[in-house]
Amino acid sequence: MLDLILSIYEIPVINILLKIIVILVPLLLTVAYFTYAERKVIGYMQVRIGPNRVGPRGWLQPIADAMKLMFKEIIFPSGANKVLFIIAPTLAISTALAAWAVIPFGAEMVLADINVALLYILAMTSIGVYGVILAGWSSNSKYAIMSTLRTAAQVVSYEIAMGFALVGVVMAARSLNIGEIVAGQSGSIWGWYMWPLMPLFVIYFVSGVAETNRAPFDVAEGESEIVAGFHVEYSGILFAIFFLAEYANMILISIMAALLFMGGWLSPFEGIEFLGLGSSFLAGSSIVWLLSKTAIFMFLFLWFRATFPRYRYDQIMRLGWKVFIPVTIVWIYVVGIMYYAELAPWFVKG
Amino acid sequence: MKYLTQFFNSLFLAELFKGLGVTGRYLFKKKITVQYPEEKTPQSFRFRGLHAQRRYANGEERCIACKLCEAICPALAISIESEEREDGTRRTKSYDIDLTKCIFCGFCEESCPVDSIVETRIFEYHGEEKSDLYMTKEKLLAVGDKYEEQIAADRAQDASYR
Repeated sequence: MLDLILSIYEIPVINILLKIIVILVPLLLTVAYFTYAERKVIGYMQVRIGPNRVGPRGWLQPIADAMKLMFKEIIFPSGANKVLFIIAPTLAISTALAAWAVIPFGAEMVLADINVALLYILAMTSIGVYGVILAGWSSNSKYAIMSTLRTAAQVVSYEIAMGFALVGVVMAARSLNIGEIVAGQSGSIWGWYMWPLMPLFVIYFVSGVAETNRAPFDVAEGESEIVAGFHVEYSGILFAIFFLAEYANMILISIMAALLFMGGWLSPFEGIEFLGLGSSFLAGSSIVWLLSKTAIFMFLFLWFRATFPRYRYDQIMRLGWKVFIPVTIVWIYVVGIMYYAELAPWFVKG
Repeated sequence: MKYLTQFFNSLFLAELFKGLGVTGRYLFKKKITVQYPEEKTPQSFRFRGLHAQRRYANGEERCIACKLCEAICPALAISIESEEREDGTRRTKSYDIDLTKCIFCGFCEESCPVDSIVETRIFEYHGEEKSDLYMTKEKLLAVGDKYEEQIAADRAQDASYR
């Protein structure tokens, strides 16, 4: 019997499908409870207590929300292009989930260990924008199309800054493979790329916030002026899918920040002599480190949303083109200088 | 110099971190939410809620059909018909308040010379159809009879300010 199960597991298709399930199910659960955490955290920061009615302390709230959205009617606006109207959320969610294929969760724990992982992720997040654009365009609604215009301009601008920020990482690691990028940061907490690439790190994360259309860059949703933006005509499960894609993208940005700049699964206690921490169990690489680092960035998303007022549209453009892109280009030069100076411990040729 | 400090302040996002600090502190503050059905906020004795008609202690209804409330009602929610009762006094034949029109301004209560029409503290009521919110004389008197104790206590508390 065990042999049979093992032999079935060995079939490549089933093996890969199982791995996909092992990645996606926890991811979708995280998305569900991320929405709960968002409402709780923002509530607490506004001296409220947030949802606490469904289940003990509101723990079942995301389940209730999901059930409600699933059983709601999907309304097609008159004059909407039905095919594109359905393709749009499909495109948004499929790219948001597909990007997770190359995310490593440990030195060996990766579904697709490809050499151009970083490029693949950039490509996937870029295609995801088409979901938003199609949604706005096919809705036959002026608010939706206005939001689409904003999103397209905003995401294109910030993708450049984000790409430049990642160039710094690639220069330091000499690789596009995320596993190798993390390996390049080993040694100690000072080996993490966040130290030599601090400006790029900040710009990467802020651009990530802008890329996912989150506050304070959420002009695409802009409740006060364009109702809800590109998904204003969506209801029921189609709306839920947009929601899912947005939150999956937020978690993706967070885990990427943890992997590329904060040493991924490497322990912060690695290589520290003090109190023998460097040789204790705390110094071992573990998925727990990766997930807790990711959680920090996920919390930052919520913290930003509770704190900052929405940027004006021209301010967003100014920040993207006249601040972020010049700063990243200057810092890429600085990285080049550090590269030739073989600055330890980051730029030592292996 | 001033320009320089400003430049570095904006470069290092000083004000944004200040803002984050404020929300970060509030994350741990005591929460002030009142969890409504279980907890309630204190109410003033001047609270203007559901209307009621009062009676004297001997059971005689107070209303003398002077129609001042009908005249002052800014929402035209009150309609009164009067008649002469057998004992020769003027009384209301019908006294209706349409709660869907009422704006709860309290003018009817202010205008009443015999403290007959009053607004009680009751605010948690509902109607399952529109006619449920059409208060007739019987309904108003029933509310008054039921809550007379509280109504009288609230008026007594307010008396020194009148």
